[in-house]
Amino acid sequence: MSAKLVLSGVRKRFGDNEVCKGIDLTVQEGQMVCLIGASGSGKSTLLRCINLLEPVDDGTILLDGRDIAEPGLDPQPVRARIGMVFQSYNLFPHMTAAENVMLAPRRVHGRSRSDLQAPVTALFERFNLGDRMGHYPDQLSGGQQQRVAIIRALAMQPEIMLFDEITSALDPELVGEVLDVLRSLRAEGMTMILATHEMAFAQEVADKVCFLDKGRILEEGPPETIFGAPREARTAAFLSRVL
Amino acid sequence: MSGSETTAGGLSRRAAYEARQRKRAMRVAAGSTAAVVLALVLLVPLAPGWEKVQRSFFNGEVFAKTFPGLLEAFLTNIYIFAWCAPLIAVLGLVIALCRDVRAPALYPLRLFGAIYTDVFRGLPVILVIYLVGFGIPGLGLPRPWNSPYIWGSLALILVYAAYVAEIIRSGIDSIHGSQRAAAASLGLNEKDTMRFVVLPQAIRNVAPANMNMFIALQKDVALLSFIGPVEIFRQAGVYKSLMANFTPYVGAALIFLAVTIPATRYADYLMQKQRRART
Repeated sequence: MSAKLVLSGVRKRFGDNEVCKGIDLTVQEGQMVCLIGASGSGKSTLLRCINLLEPVDDGTILLDGRDIAEPGLDPQPVRARIGMVFQSYNLFPHMTAAENVMLAPRRVHGRSRSDLQAPVTALFERFNLGDRMGHYPDQLSGGQQQRVAIIRALAMQPEIMLFDEITSALDPELVGEVLDVLRSLRAEGMTMILATHEMAFAQEVADKVCFLDKGRILEEGPPETIFGAPREARTAAFLSRVL
Repeated sequence: MSGSETTAGGLSRRAAYEARQRKRAMRVAAGSTAAVVLALVLLVPLAPGWEKVQRSFFNGEVFAKTFPGLLEAFLTNIYIFAWCAPLIAVLGLVIALCRDVRAPALYPLRLFGAIYTDVFRGLPVILVIYLVGFGIPGLGLPRPWNSPYIWGSLALILVYAAYVAEIIRSGIDSIHGSQRAAAASLGLNEKDTMRFVVLPQAIRNVAPANMNMFIALQKDVALLSFIGPVEIFRQAGVYKSLMANFTPYVGAALIFLAVTIPATRYADYLMQKQRRART
């Protein structure tokens, strides 16, 4: 295995509030890394920094050995290689599910609709949404919308996928269908970073779990260690609150 | 069965009560409206000047004679509106986009957009019509470039584009940042994000507000009469002078209302529909 993504000393502040206080993190090719921690611990901001949605103040982010956190670097080609899925889906409400998915491959990769028809249909069918391609987001359930959002990111054939608490806005009975999608991606070897409150899921599928506390990774390791025998008292306290 | 829960008609107690209340409210509304109309019909003719007003404003003979001519003149209003409206939409969109550019090299565009909207929203329409409509032909342009139709229309376009630009800009601002973030995360550049994600939603959101602008434009076409074009208002003035009677103005007013009232209602309907969709 080789290191796909290496973060060193990543810092990000909003005004007086330093949200990421020097984060080091290595993600191997094909690994699934779960970020856990209380709200406001910096999980979402870290993901947004990796995708360059937030400019990093300090530190480096190496993607395949190349620093993407360099100030002045054009972010668009980098973002096209990294998929991101948001808590609130953020589908484009004026486009059908299929149009949502095709927009970026058409505009960024310059592919035609007819070219995309087959692979996009295959993606929808893979996630049991074959009959929903012509639906608008407001005609879909939350779980369906979130799966379309995942398909939209996958259609760009990203090298890494970032998931920002993607089940937090869903009704409990819809969480399962979205987690199934993640299991499927995990099985195919997608490199993924997941900010999540689904502890049972993290325990089941993660290769590595990182516990974030006040903008730092306080503790990281395989799920058995983090959930079974945490080293830090604060990790144990957090887990006892959420488990 | 439990007779206490439903009445004979199958209505719930609540529904039966509300139906009774609605009927009662309708009776009261009809009664009070009838009383007001009756009072107007009986009292207004008692006013000392009513006979004179009736003769000079509501003269059936003059109305019948002038109405066809007024309708024909109104075609001119429609033409002027028809070529102004699309140009206003395009220019308004361009100005709105000018004000949204971020690249430093394009700062002059941004500045231009800001000055443009400030100037043309800050002037009375009639003043712009005078300045453009008399000023530019004053350069001694050859026919047909000295036509008041052209320069009067330009004045309307300049003013209304400023308002439409501000409306579109407020629509752009109303699109939540998460939409831009989603577009950016897919690798779309700013131009494509604006064109495919932000603008289509923004324009849809402000369609009712823009409808109202175009209704206002329809009325303001009449202002061009001050620099020459014989549209309905001017035609009514001609008839007034010929027949020494104000009835043509009433005819013109009726024609305007026949267009603007349905249009306003439609805009209101659109706005309500949008409000419902949002909740």
